[in-house]
Amino acid sequence: MGENTPKRTPVPPGVADDAARIDIIALTKRFLTPKGAPFTAIRDVSLTVEAGQFCAIVGPTGCGKSTTLAQVSGLEKPSSGSVQVGGRIVDGITNGVSYMFQADSLFPWKTVLQNVMIGPVLLGTPKKAAMALAIDWLRRVNLSGFEDRYPHQLSGGMRKRVAMAAALINNPRILLMDEPFGALDVQTKAIMQTELLDLWEELRPSVLFITHDLDEAVALSDRVVIMTSSPGTVKDVFDIDLPRPRGDVQTLRHEKRFIELQTQIWESLRDEVTRAYERTTGVAA
Amino acid sequence: MSAVVQQSSGVTSAGARVGRAVKPQSESELQASARQARTRNRVWVWVGRIAVAVIFIGGWQLLTQTKLLDPFFYGQPTQIWDALVTLFTKGTAFGSIWDQLWVTVQEALFGFLFGSLAGVIIGILLGSNRYLSNVFNPYIKIANSIPRIVLGSIFIVAFGLGIFPKILLAAVLVFFAVFFNAYQGVREVDQNLIANVRVLGASPLQIARHVTIPSAMTWIIASLHTAFGFAIIGALVAEVLGAQKGIGLIISQSQGRFDPNTVFACMVIMAIVTLGAEYLITLLERSVLKWRPPVRSESQAI
Ligand SMILES: Nc1ncnc2c1ncn2[C@@H]1O[C@H](COP(=O)(O)OP(=O)(O)OP(=O)(O)O)[C@@H](O)[C@H]1O
Ligand SMILES: [Mg+2]
Repeated sequence: MGENTPKRTPVPPGVADDAARIDIIALTKRFLTPKGAPFTAIRDVSLTVEAGQFCAIVGPTGCGKSTTLAQVSGLEKPSSGSVQVGGRIVDGITNGVSYMFQADSLFPWKTVLQNVMIGPVLLGTPKKAAMALAIDWLRRVNLSGFEDRYPHQLSGGMRKRVAMAAALINNPRILLMDEPFGALDVQTKAIMQTELLDLWEELRPSVLFITHDLDEAVALSDRVVIMTSSPGTVKDVFDIDLPRPRGDVQTLRHEKRFIELQTQIWESLRDEVTRAYERTTGVAA
Repeated sequence: MSAVVQQSSGVTSAGARVGRAVKPQSESELQASARQARTRNRVWVWVGRIAVAVIFIGGWQLLTQTKLLDPFFYGQPTQIWDALVTLFTKGTAFGSIWDQLWVTVQEALFGFLFGSLAGVIIGILLGSNRYLSNVFNPYIKIANSIPRIVLGSIFIVAFGLGIFPKILLAAVLVFFAVFFNAYQGVREVDQNLIANVRVLGASPLQIARHVTIPSAMTWIIASLHTAFGFAIIGALVAEVLGAQKGIGLIISQSQGRFDPNTVFACMVIMAIVTLGAEYLITLLERSVLKWRPPVRSESQAI
């Protein structure tokens, strides 16, 4: 796989290299509101994701989770503080990053195959090789036979699988996922979580995974970060000591340790969610 | 366009049929009944179309024959037909009608080609570059506000009676139609998709090729439909203003001879040409935009 990702030095699958470590240091991001007043979306966010670690971020809506991810990807510039990837400060697009956006971001005019191919094609991989790679990845996410469909001809779950294949095909060092399974039904979600865990074990990218689903956060991650309501900052960090490989996500849910951790995290999150909720309803009243 | 309309009504009536069926049907039966419904629908659409034509032309004929409308000013369908026959059998004062038609079609085609090409390129350029767009914005607005007929006169004075000023006028008309759409199309590109390829390391050129242009294509192709009509108008108007050949010349000559029937005959000829071009553009649209969900193209077709 290494020869298909020319911008990166190949890493044996399953072994994380130190260049995949993410350090977020006192990160602050302000936006200008339409009226011209500054609005602080996140304030002094500091957190570390070890190389190859799976880190989930949970927090009330509007607390700045997506904003944090955008700074890590290099799509936006922080107002102050910094993001370091592998010890180097992010300036411009971070190398070796894949990003699954919160909104659907498949190209409606490209077929499923072309959508998955785009990663290697942009890196300059010859078309034939990119195509072979994409076909292989579609097989891995169980979408063989759908190569020639357009995104609007797929179900929501299938679209997410295409996006996942497109995100992983470049063997990213860092994988940013913004509520990837948010809109899926419970069964499909469980299947895709298991699929994602398998693929992650194989490639071992560092993952920043945003979710509102605490079960999901606990089941998948090594570390769960709780953010406060707006302006967001890190409230708590929980290390999840469930053994790996975790196997089927559905069965994991009923283990004692899982329930303990889930309860602790909910305790921590509840105040923030209540506060965020009160604020929004207070504004509306 | 018509095919899409038929398709949509075909689906509904097929659904209604299935609802009415009492015993379960096999797949092939369902298919056959859907096809039948579709054919029936197509037949009805054509019946409707022909009815509209019969009522319009028949009414016109009736009104002019009973002198409620004066055929001297308003022409008469049968006389228009005679004029058409004359044009094609006896030719015109300036040579065969085919020569004239070919000149006009050539002008319109070249005008369409150059105008839309310039419109697409400049539209995409200004649409994706805020600085250029801010600089040129007032000039484009000024240029767009110039009355085109005046422009036509200027072109004819400057470039003579040949084919070039006609192409130029047609191209100018086409340019603005296509330019504004291409510009808007680029502006409407989903920023998420741009972010998506940027993260994957796309260069500005790759962003244009993979995201901006395909996304703006919907808008551009929509504008091509009207743009070809503009190309014909440009060519005709410039010919009326001054020419040695072309349908527009026949029109202005007939006008001078108080012969509305030949003017109408020329309009019929140009309408047929436009319909043909429209059909070709629809084919292009279908092949370029085949990724679009059918519902959307349907609503756009209507
Ligand atoms: N470009 C922008 N301009 C102004 N304000 C912005 C911009 N982007 C985000 N914000 C604001 O920053 C805050 C955080 O937004 P963000 O999208 O990061 O929230 P989030 O935590 O991802 O929420 P959710 O869980 O609902 O997706 C919000 O209040 C939002 O209104
Ligand atoms: Mg978000």
